[in-house]
Amino acid sequence: MSAAELSTPLAVTTTGPAPAPVRRAEPPDRRSIPLTVITGRERRGRGQRSARIPRWVVKAISPLLLILLWYVASALGWLSSNTLAPPQKVVAKAGELLRTGELQDAILASAQRVGLGLFFGVTAALVAALIAGLFKLGEDIIDAPIQMLRTVPVVGLIPLLIIWFGIGDQPKLILIALGVFFPLYLNLFAGIRGTDPALIEAGRTLGLRKPGLIRHVILPAAVPSGLVGLRYSIGVSWLILVFAETINATSGIGFLINNAREFFETDTIVLCLVLYAVLGLLADLFVRLLERTLLAWRPSFTGT
Amino acid sequence: MATVVHRDLSTRPAGEGSTYAVRVRGLTKRFGDRAVIGELDLDIAPGEFVVLLGASGCGKSTLLRVLADLDRDITGTVEVATRRAVAFQSPRLMPWKKVWRNVVLGLPGRPDRTRAETALAEVNMTHRSDVWPKVLSGGEAQRASLARALVREPDLLLLDEPFSALDALTRLTAQALVADLWTLHRCAVLLVTHDVEEAIKLADRVLVMRDGVIAHQARVDLARPREVADPRFVTLRAELLAHLGVQEH
Repeated sequence: MSAAELSTPLAVTTTGPAPAPVRRAEPPDRRSIPLTVITGRERRGRGQRSARIPRWVVKAISPLLLILLWYVASALGWLSSNTLAPPQKVVAKAGELLRTGELQDAILASAQRVGLGLFFGVTAALVAALIAGLFKLGEDIIDAPIQMLRTVPVVGLIPLLIIWFGIGDQPKLILIALGVFFPLYLNLFAGIRGTDPALIEAGRTLGLRKPGLIRHVILPAAVPSGLVGLRYSIGVSWLILVFAETINATSGIGFLINNAREFFETDTIVLCLVLYAVLGLLADLFVRLLERTLLAWRPSFTGT
Repeated sequence: MATVVHRDLSTRPAGEGSTYAVRVRGLTKRFGDRAVIGELDLDIAPGEFVVLLGASGCGKSTLLRVLADLDRDITGTVEVATRRAVAFQSPRLMPWKKVWRNVVLGLPGRPDRTRAETALAEVNMTHRSDVWPKVLSGGEAQRASLARALVREPDLLLLDEPFSALDALTRLTAQALVADLWTLHRCAVLLVTHDVEEAIKLADRVLVMRDGVIAHQARVDLARPREVADPRFVTLRAELLAHLGVQEH
């Protein structure tokens, strides 16, 4: 083919006769083409080596080293026991408190507070998000005030709550419930509103009316966001519990800490901190378990 | 039984069952001051396979959406079969339901797995009835969507470019599948497409749509299954392309 024929494009148009062929400059010289040589790259030996040591072992090395450092520093006297008790004392204290039953009572009291606060907060958030998410009127009435209130730092409400409800458990529960409410409401509301309209349309063509659409399309679509909100809510609930119990408590893990502070019992304090961490982790694992069952259908789900 | 969809948005049964699946008179749809569909009339007889052929933007999908009762912002009269089903360009399966539950979604009563699997058998998908939609290929998902539409034995099947998202090879098998399903169910079908060969392969009647009106109508009297190489097929193809304003050379 000549250059002239090559430069005539194949024209497919939808607006009348084909335009005149476009004349370009001469095509570039292709008689001498530079080449790139591609050779296979050898797999690094590191890939082989790490197969022998399981990953979780490698990940555990740093925390174990830290604990070891802690032990050595205490044993050598760099760390006085008034500043920070050595690890063996913490373990011994745990045993002692378990025997007296103080540890179990404390854990129970704290867990009950979180549980109740979560229950009220989650229920309120569910109801509010459903009303605001499913109904335009609901959104106008509920969402605006909530958006205004969410920037108020929840923990700053403690003095007000104590004035209103005294120094018992009520202000703590209300505080936890409030802390739980906002993240869950916001995420759930967004999840409901974010339902794919294409799926809602498909549901309508299948004969679903509003109740059916809510049950089969909108709510399931909102579950992923809801679980994100729940995870955050649980984390916040735990933080607020710690704070509230530190302010004043007659029972619970915070109560143990406050007593220990009076007598410089750092072993108890460290133990309580570890307890807080472990319980918080358990709560997070619970949400992950929920996700695994409820979100098995998600394409991006890779398992936990 | 027909649903009468009026401009005043009322829905009432048209009395006893009617002798047509679709009747449209004077349908106009505007977006702002632009008429996307202008004074359009359309009839579809029971069991008739009608293809709406047109380039992107000609208003064909909008028309289908009106017939699917997804858009009531119209003027004119539209009567469509009450027992109708839609399959869209994307399968639109509920990702949180297993395939068989998707198929019977919207049917009255408890989800009937046997009924779902009978419908899936028609599209060769029984082996995929208990999986999540996320593991389906594009072709499989579209087949499930067809099963979902046909399980309710509609009098009218609306297909909105159902093959556009499939690769060209899967498209061929899918077209043959729709032809087989229609032979089985004998419902009225309105297929919206921009593929001329597809139109000629499947249709009893091809309506060419341009700028919101039906510019040309052609009956396809070839015996099924239709051969692309058949000279009458080729002639019809050229005729339709001409009416679409497409020049290949």
